[in-house]
Parts: sequence; structure tokens; C-alpha cells
Amino acid sequence: MTSITPTDVLVAGEATGTLVISPAPLSFWGGYDAATGEVIDRRHPLSGQCLAGCVLALPWTRGSSTTTAILLEAVRLGMAPAAILLPKVDTFIALASIVAHELYGRGFVVAVVPADALAGLDGRQIHIPVSSVTVTQDDD
Amino acid sequence: MSGGERLSVRDRAMLAGELGPAPALAMSIVSRMAAIVRAPRLIDVSHAHIDSSIYVGDAGLEFAERLAGLGARVVVPSSLNVSGVDEHHWQEWPVAPEWAGKAHRQMVAYRAMGCSETWTCAPYQTQARPVFGQQIAWGESNAIVFANSVIGARTERYPDLFDICAAITGRVPDVGLHTDEGRLGHILITLDQVPAHLQARDEFYPVLGFLLGRLADDRIPVVEGLTVRPTDDQLKSLGATAASSGSVALFHLVGITPEAATVAEAFGGRTPEATHRVGMAELRDARRHLTTNADAPVDLVLLGSPHFSLDEFRQLAPLVRGRRKADSVEFLVTTSRIMRTLAADSGMLRDLEAFGGRLTVDTCVLATPMLPASIQTIMTNSGKYAYYVPGLLNRQVVYGNLDDCIESAVRGRVVRDDSAWGAA
Repeated sequence: MTSITPTDVLVAGEATGTLVISPAPLSFWGGYDAATGEVIDRRHPLSGQCLAGCVLALPWTRGSSTTTAILLEAVRLGMAPAAILLPKVDTFIALASIVAHELYGRGFVVAVVPADALAGLDGRQIHIPVSSVTVTQDDD
Repeated sequence: MSGGERLSVRDRAMLAGELGPAPALAMSIVSRMAAIVRAPRLIDVSHAHIDSSIYVGDAGLEFAERLAGLGARVVVPSSLNVSGVDEHHWQEWPVAPEWAGKAHRQMVAYRAMGCSETWTCAPYQTQARPVFGQQIAWGESNAIVFANSVIGARTERYPDLFDICAAITGRVPDVGLHTDEGRLGHILITLDQVPAHLQARDEFYPVLGFLLGRLADDRIPVVEGLTVRPTDDQLKSLGATAASSGSVALFHLVGITPEAATVAEAFGGRTPEATHRVGMAELRDARRHLTTNADAPVDLVLLGSPHFSLDEFRQLAPLVRGRRKADSVEFLVTTSRIMRTLAADSGMLRDLEAFGGRLTVDTCVLATPMLPASIQTIMTNSGKYAYYVPGLLNRQVVYGNLDDCIESAVRGRVVRDDSAWGAA
């Protein structure tokens, strides 16, 4: 088990799962089946792979605004990744987890991790500890 | 940065629930997103376009009904994107009643919040068209890129669920495409020996858009070398395809779009991060990517993503006049209620009906499960349809121009005129 410490945590939590490094960006609408967790974008290198419960490293989200609604639906159905790691802030991914917490009291971890920190770890079991650098609601 | 600096007195009152429970929930989401993107402040928007209206499952419906149940009302004029069902015509297709019922409940929820019932992914071709410099909060990737690039209105790339929170609060984080600096170009794309006769054709723009999305990813591309002035519908198809194959939310066309009189203006004097040359070889390759199988019989000819405009109906009418599609082929145009009304009032639907064409409004085949299983191969002139059909509908797709689409519908097999693209 390899532990990863993010440089920024957009939506906090603790997660463990197999690391899947996506070599290409993904639009969850048209790219992800919320009912099965399968990548369905037939032009995507991960086409056919199930990402439910994994720790997914994505370069960024492609395309559709509906990505957020698909990810929220995947949380409802228990078919979302356990965590999504990004090289920079991505509002589509973060928003899905924030609204999932509002509606269902659960979501997935969203964190910023530099790509080089993941080099050579594709397919390994990854643990993301609850981090102290969490971005949360500001206090006045 | 503390919330005290970022949020105004009114924002904080909203967050504390002093304006009611729905603004409190919406502001809690807006302010958390503002913290995530490190926004220095929130700013007012004066229009919203709500993509959250698309039904994709119970979660989005529960969110909409939660907000509506809390008495949420939009505080700025808000147009609605497509829904998950053609409200009055879904029974003409094999749409499951359970789906139609839930998608309709989602329509009712957004209607109750005070949104305008535009039900279209091309709001910029309706009364909801914004103006240059206007700060807006838009969802729907093709609408975002059109508003920013062609009109010079200012919106970030907003996802579903956020757009309605912006409309309820009237506030968004002051970052990215809302700011002068955030609108400057990143990469330069130079068209090299692309003939003007090809640039004048509609079928050129989805192909260029596909390439633009692939080259730009989520950066702002600046294109030089266009020698013709594209129409609104051509720019619509360019942006829609670029926002499908990539995450393009703003492009600049030098000498054409409003923030790019020159290359220097488009980049704000900065040096491009990268430059790419695009010639006929690259364009031919991109065009091939929009087709998955050109050899099967055509089952459906599909027009209208983004939604068909009045000009497009005007272009279509004489091409189908006096002709009849093959019985083995469905011919479907997706559009909005208002365009259907305008086209009907202008007498432009008679020829289409006589041809055997059908219309779907409020939604599109990507957003409502309406196609029978017998439809396996779809031909379209839309780059956005061509991009999404294989993954979302698990069907084969053929990309062709409007003449090709009509000719193929008449003959029941793929007919394509490749001559504009030169030797393969």
C-alpha cells in the first residue's frame, strides 16, 4: 500500500483503492456509465474499464457540462471512483462531490496531486489519508 | 483568504439563511466553489443558462426538487437548456414512460424556480442572446463557447448543478473567463493553404472544431488564416465540436471574433505557449475521426446539434423540396419550440414534412432515449452528434455535409461528396 499526500484537497475524506492513471481527459457525460462505472467513450484509452471504487488520476475533464450530473448519479448508485486526483483544480469534479455530500452525506475525495508524484504507481493500491490542507467553507 | 473578504455583506446574509433556505443552500455551494478556485470575490451576473435541466438520473432530479421544494427562485433572467424529454411528443417514439415521467418532473421543478422555457442548447439564437462584455453564468458547453467567443459575453465553463446556484444567488466567483487576463489566448493555430472554397463550406467548421479541441485541450486557441467570414451557424458548429473533443470554452479567430482584431490583441502581447500549423492533411485526418463506419446502410439521418436554427431550416427547405426519403431511413431534425414555430410560420416545414422528415423539440437524441434498436447507423452533419453518438448511443456514425445527408436519406445508403477535401 502506497500513501499519497496531496498538495491541495478540494473535497476531503479518506480513500483507498487501485490507482488508475488516465492518459487522456474524460467527459463523464458520454464517457462514463453511472450505473456500471464503465468508461463508454469509445475513443478513450480506458474504454471498457470499470472505474467504480478506484483512485482515478485524470489530467482534466473534457467537454460537457453534464459531467457533474453523471458523477453525482454515480455516487447515488455507488459506482463513482473512491477518489479523483487531478494535476490542478477542476470545478466539475469538485462540485459533484460537494453536492453529493449535501444530498447523500457521502461523496468521493477530490485532490490535487502533481503528475510526477504518481509516476510508476499505475495499478497499485493507493491510500489517501485525511489531509489537513482541506479547502472547506471559510469561517468569518 | 477569509470568507469575510471574499463574500459581501449580502452574500453572508444569504449564506446565513436570512433570505431563506434555498438561497442559503445555493450560496453555500457557490462560496465553497469560490474557495476552491481561490476567487478574490464574487461578482454579479445578469443572465444564466441552466444546463441542469437535462435528466440523466434520479440524483439530478432530487437536487432540482430539493431546491424547488425549498422555494428557490432565480434572481436573474434564466434560460433553460434541453430537457430529458420532448414534453408533448415523446409518445411518438419508444421512450419509456418511467423515463418520460421523471424527466418531466425535472422540467416542472426548473419551471417552478422561474426559469424561461426555452428548452434549447442554442439559447444564443433566441431572445436569450447576451451582449458583448455581459457577465453571465452559462452551462452547456456549446453555449458557453459561443457566448464567450462569438459574442464576447463572459462566462466560466459552468457545470450542471452550479448554474442553477448562480441563478438563485446572482453571484459567481470572479475568476477565469470573467476577467480580462483570463480571456487571453494560449496557443496559436495557423491555417496553412486551406483553400477559401473549403473555408466557405459548412462542413469545414465541425472538422476544424474537432481539431481545435484536440490541439487546445482546455487552453484558449487563437486561429489565424481564415479568409472568409463564417456565419453564426458555422461558428456554432465550430465551437460545439471543439467543446466536445476538448474543453474549449473560448476561441479567438483573428480578424473575425470580437476580442481578436489582431494576433497581438488576442494574446495581450504575450508569446503563445505553443504554435501549430494546420493544413489539408491534418483536416482530412480529423474528418476521418468523425466517422466510425461509412459502409453500413443508413438507418437515421440526424440534423440539429446544437439545435437547428431558422437559417438552417431556410437552407434545408429547397434541398428536400419535391423529394422523398427512402422508407428504410428515418430523417430527424432536433430543434427548439421557438424555431419550430418560426419555421412553420415561415412555411419552411411543409417541404420537410412531404420529404418524410420529423421534428423533435425540447431535447435531442443524446438526452432522451428515443431511438428504436433497429437504428444502428446514424448519418449527421453535426460534429457534436458525430463525437457523442458512438459512446452515448452505442451506434455507428457517419459524418457528411447537408447535401450528403439528404442524398443518403433518399438512397438509403451513404453517399458522400469528398471533392471539397481534395485527395485523401
